[in-house]
Amino acid sequence: MLNKLNLTDLSAKLQRKEISSFELVSNCLKEIKANDQKIGAFLEVFEEDALNQAKEIDKKEKIGPLEGIPIAIKDAILVKGKRNTCGSKILENYIAAYDATAVKKLKDAGMIIIGKTNMDEFAMGSSTETSAFQKTKNPVNLEYVPGGSSGGSVASVSANFVPVSLGSDTGGSIRQPAAFCGVYGLKPTYGRVSRYGLVALASSFDCIGPFARSAEDCAWIFSAIAGNDLNDSTSSKLDTQNLIEQILPVIKGLKIGLPKECFGDGINKEVKEKVELAIKKLEKLGAHISEVSLPHSKYALAVYYILLPAEASANLARFDGVRYGFSAKAENLISNYLKTRAQGFGDEVKRRIMLGTYTLSAGYYDAYYKKAQQVRTKVVEDYKKVFEKVDLLATPTTPTTAFKFGEKADPVEMYMNDILTVSANVAGVPAISIPVGFDSKKLPVGMQLVANHFEETKLLQAAKAYETL
Amino acid sequence: MPDIITKAEVEKVAKLARIEITEPEKEKFAKQLTNILDYVNQLSEVNTENVSPTSQVTELNNVMRADEIEPYKDPVALVEKAPESRDGQIKVKSILG
Repeated sequence: MLNKLNLTDLSAKLQRKEISSFELVSNCLKEIKANDQKIGAFLEVFEEDALNQAKEIDKKEKIGPLEGIPIAIKDAILVKGKRNTCGSKILENYIAAYDATAVKKLKDAGMIIIGKTNMDEFAMGSSTETSAFQKTKNPVNLEYVPGGSSGGSVASVSANFVPVSLGSDTGGSIRQPAAFCGVYGLKPTYGRVSRYGLVALASSFDCIGPFARSAEDCAWIFSAIAGNDLNDSTSSKLDTQNLIEQILPVIKGLKIGLPKECFGDGINKEVKEKVELAIKKLEKLGAHISEVSLPHSKYALAVYYILLPAEASANLARFDGVRYGFSAKAENLISNYLKTRAQGFGDEVKRRIMLGTYTLSAGYYDAYYKKAQQVRTKVVEDYKKVFEKVDLLATPTTPTTAFKFGEKADPVEMYMNDILTVSANVAGVPAISIPVGFDSKKLPVGMQLVANHFEETKLLQAAKAYETL
Repeated sequence: MPDIITKAEVEKVAKLARIEITEPEKEKFAKQLTNILDYVNQLSEVNTENVSPTSQVTELNNVMRADEIEPYKDPVALVEKAPESRDGQIKVKSILG
């Protein structure tokens, strides 16, 4: 039953030597063996490495707060010496040559990397269905998708295989799956966590963040991975020492704005009701609630679906059959490129690369790419204005609860899943999804809280206050 | 903004992106890409006169450091990730015929 405990409880037990890391890791591995065949969260599990590391930690007299605790890592984040597929055939046999900075920090804190988790191919998707390898099922109800793109990471936490995991969020890929599977998912401020060693999807949006079964656990992992990194020049120089100590469950006097655009048409009635109920609870705890407006937020998804494919088409140019993993047999260089990319990429990746190539090509650049960057400015300005008035924003995380496999066959329909999460990425602000109950189909509902740049502590404080209710 | 991507344009873009595609794929992608462009075209409603474009959201400017060379610890390990390598070099098909 150890696998069901939160990180904070496990940490206390480990530090008091009431349990050993070996027991904990063995228990998690047993659960994975027994149940992951039907869930499909993991692409690879590092049984031997994990147990050996646990044994070493158990020999120590005194251990740190994260030491000996297992964590699962999305297969887009490099773990040295381990396969990193990014859910794609093109990287099927790629072994990481170094650790991502976030992984390095977790290792330095003594955490045990237990395995790599399934994901949409190159994080392009909202259901984990575009993975070249396997489906991941929603642990709450196996007929439903876990969300995406970090579907394996969210499932590993929701199914109680591990207390915490790492995902990445470019347009909602941590928060949407967290909402679908009933766990906590934090997307930090852009630049708060180094992107070094995260396979690049869209470099001006990508963020690494944690999944957990409590706000406090999210806070622990977040403070462990945050900080400046010479290997990522966009990482923030702000101090991240003692972040965890600043996160107290205080909400009294906090001003929470409800953007009216996020509660309108297109939001499922039951989702809306649950979120409004949760907001009432925050109000009872002493938060001041008011209606606000983000007039350009309705354009954020369109901005995103121009800028993301553009950035992705450039980032994915490196997968050319010459430098990494898969290479198709071909007569000459050009046909090697053409065949490698035709055979190595799935349809969603091809679609986005072609779309990005199109919008960046001569004659269309101003109409699409530049226009989207200008509207991005309008979205950013909306947030700036609103955060002069309030501390946090609260919205539903997703317009609906989880959907079934194969239900969203049309790309644009799939993209609509990101409608409430994506504007935080467009503006680079931090946001968290908190589980706030279930709909009548017994599927989890998520509430999203959004804060101003680098104010994760406010998010986590409010989430923690809500949790302690 | 043009609101339709033709099969010929898909062909051109796929070539630029170095992805080989089949005839039925051309048709399928033309339709799907048109739908996506239809959706994103709503941006034309927004007045962006004199609005400067945003490419960096946390207001960072040029991040400078001293221009000093720091040798990478294990370059061979990186080169060995390539499908074909020899003597610490990546093997590439001949470019000039």
